[in-house]
Amino acid sequence: MSSDIVTVPETGTPPAPVRVPLPRRRARARRGLTRWLLVVVLAVLSLPFVFPTWWMATSSLKPMSEILRRVPTLWPQDPSFDAYGRVFTLQPFAQQYWNSLYIAVVVTLGTMLVAAMAGYAFARIRFPGANALFVLVLVGLLVPSEVTIVPLFRIVNTLGLVDTHWPLIVVPVLGAPAVLAVFIMRQFFLGLPTELEEAGRLDGLGRWGVFWRIAVPLSRSALGAVAIFTFLKSWNLYLEPVVYLSSKESFTLPQALTQYVDAYGGPMWNVQLAATTLTVLPVLAVFLVAQKQFVQGLAHSGLKG
Amino acid sequence: MAASAAVRRDRLVGYTMVAPVVLGSLAFVVLPLVMVVWYSLHEWNVLANTFTFVGAENYQRMVADPGLADALRATVWFSIGLVVVNIALALLLAVLLNQRLPGTTTFRTFFFSPVVVSLVAWTIVWSFLLQADGGINGFLSVLGVEGPNWLRRPEAAMAAVIIVQVFKNVGLNMILFLAALQGVPEELQEAARLDGAGAWRRFRSVTLPLISPTVLLVSIITIVGSLEVFAQIDVLTGGGPGSSTTVLVYYLYQQAFRFNEFGYASAIAVLLFVIVLVLTLLQWQSRKRWVFHEL
Repeated sequence: MSSDIVTVPETGTPPAPVRVPLPRRRARARRGLTRWLLVVVLAVLSLPFVFPTWWMATSSLKPMSEILRRVPTLWPQDPSFDAYGRVFTLQPFAQQYWNSLYIAVVVTLGTMLVAAMAGYAFARIRFPGANALFVLVLVGLLVPSEVTIVPLFRIVNTLGLVDTHWPLIVVPVLGAPAVLAVFIMRQFFLGLPTELEEAGRLDGLGRWGVFWRIAVPLSRSALGAVAIFTFLKSWNLYLEPVVYLSSKESFTLPQALTQYVDAYGGPMWNVQLAATTLTVLPVLAVFLVAQKQFVQGLAHSGLKG
Repeated sequence: MAASAAVRRDRLVGYTMVAPVVLGSLAFVVLPLVMVVWYSLHEWNVLANTFTFVGAENYQRMVADPGLADALRATVWFSIGLVVVNIALALLLAVLLNQRLPGTTTFRTFFFSPVVVSLVAWTIVWSFLLQADGGINGFLSVLGVEGPNWLRRPEAAMAAVIIVQVFKNVGLNMILFLAALQGVPEELQEAARLDGAGAWRRFRSVTLPLISPTVLLVSIITIVGSLEVFAQIDVLTGGGPGSSTTVLVYYLYQQAFRFNEFGYASAIAVLLFVIVLVLTLLQWQSRKRWVFHEL
């Protein structure tokens, strides 16, 4: 490159351009070039993030012969929706889709309610033992679901609820997965000024009235974050359905997706990818529309509060 | 001292509001934790219908079990590989996105999008791409490189599991780093620039020290998360080839639900819990320092 770059000797690091005095216009031109190079780097880096989804959607439209071709085709030469038909004939896929959807919706609404109530009470109401109870609840943050899966399976089995959706609904709403939501709601209410609530009390609202009419509407952003990561968590749940469910009619989507295999146990790629596309695209579409909320909500859950 | 009626009523509301999650924690967190410790002291095979108190025998078995040693080794490799690649890539992406380049929002969307894709779906697509004659090797052959049979060779399989997981979730860490980067004062960068520091030097001497608490925190969170990897392994490799990708959680699952060794699986669960506990306490410790740093 040009002589206006001096490399600082620093082993194991990329050459560091150090600015030396030079005419303004040349500096700007060089920066423009660097910037475009960086854009190219970003474009290359985004391939492994974007390409699999593209590949999934296009391959689901290819016949098996084209899928197995050595040098891949970027676009199906002879697109057909055959695989999509077989998605529904090989398994009760519509039923499984409904299972995932209604479970995720119920878990999301239930978690929002439970977390808003508990978060509000822990943040606002003084009652003896509140701190001890909060610490007890926080234990859930320390327990990966794999640790308790054996005893939970035992409990579910004893109650005769194996191969039902109850454990996939009740445990997430009340158990460890809800704790993060409680924590986030409590943090939110702690940071909320109390004046509006006090005004509500002066207007004669009781505690429940203040909660429903004032606190909950004000907490829409935090509830949105809770809703997004709770829904995705339920929608993606895998270990628990694999452990609890045994009949195809009761399967949820992640488990169902792995079942598209031929008589020899080999995957039927185009059918499997068609089912996967049907699972992924709606969520991706919602993400593209409500991107800001998704990023914020998931960043919350990523940081665990 | 008797509380007034209003105060008592308020307390009652408080108890009612926390009741669901408190009772739920007792039933689905605390009780199972006690149970799992209790089970770990028993020889319990579900098929054979045995349930005998054996004291610490399961723990002694763990010490002598080569399968568990393999699983721990695989877990360490997986966690280290994941955290190194993930943090490095997340930092790189965050720094690039922080340059106010054209198209930044689009690229951010690209990098983040796998986070919202179902994990099993993402893994299935990658397993398709990673077949011996799949898209990745097809792409490599165009470049003149002969790719390995990713999922049938031990080292390649471990690398594949790590890579698939990194691309899935690195967007989340990228966002956390991006937020930290945007908190680095512009004046400090400018001062370093006037002192003649190049881009790399500014990053290493100004930016990195300022965001290092975030890097530490995110690293620990990523390690804890890496211990809970199950679906990826199950779909991509089934723990294989051999036991090369059988991490601790997968070993636990196999012992419990393949071999019906509930007692032994419970002892492994206790080990997993202790490891996660130590790491999480470490995380809270580092969070305290982080908060202090911000003050």
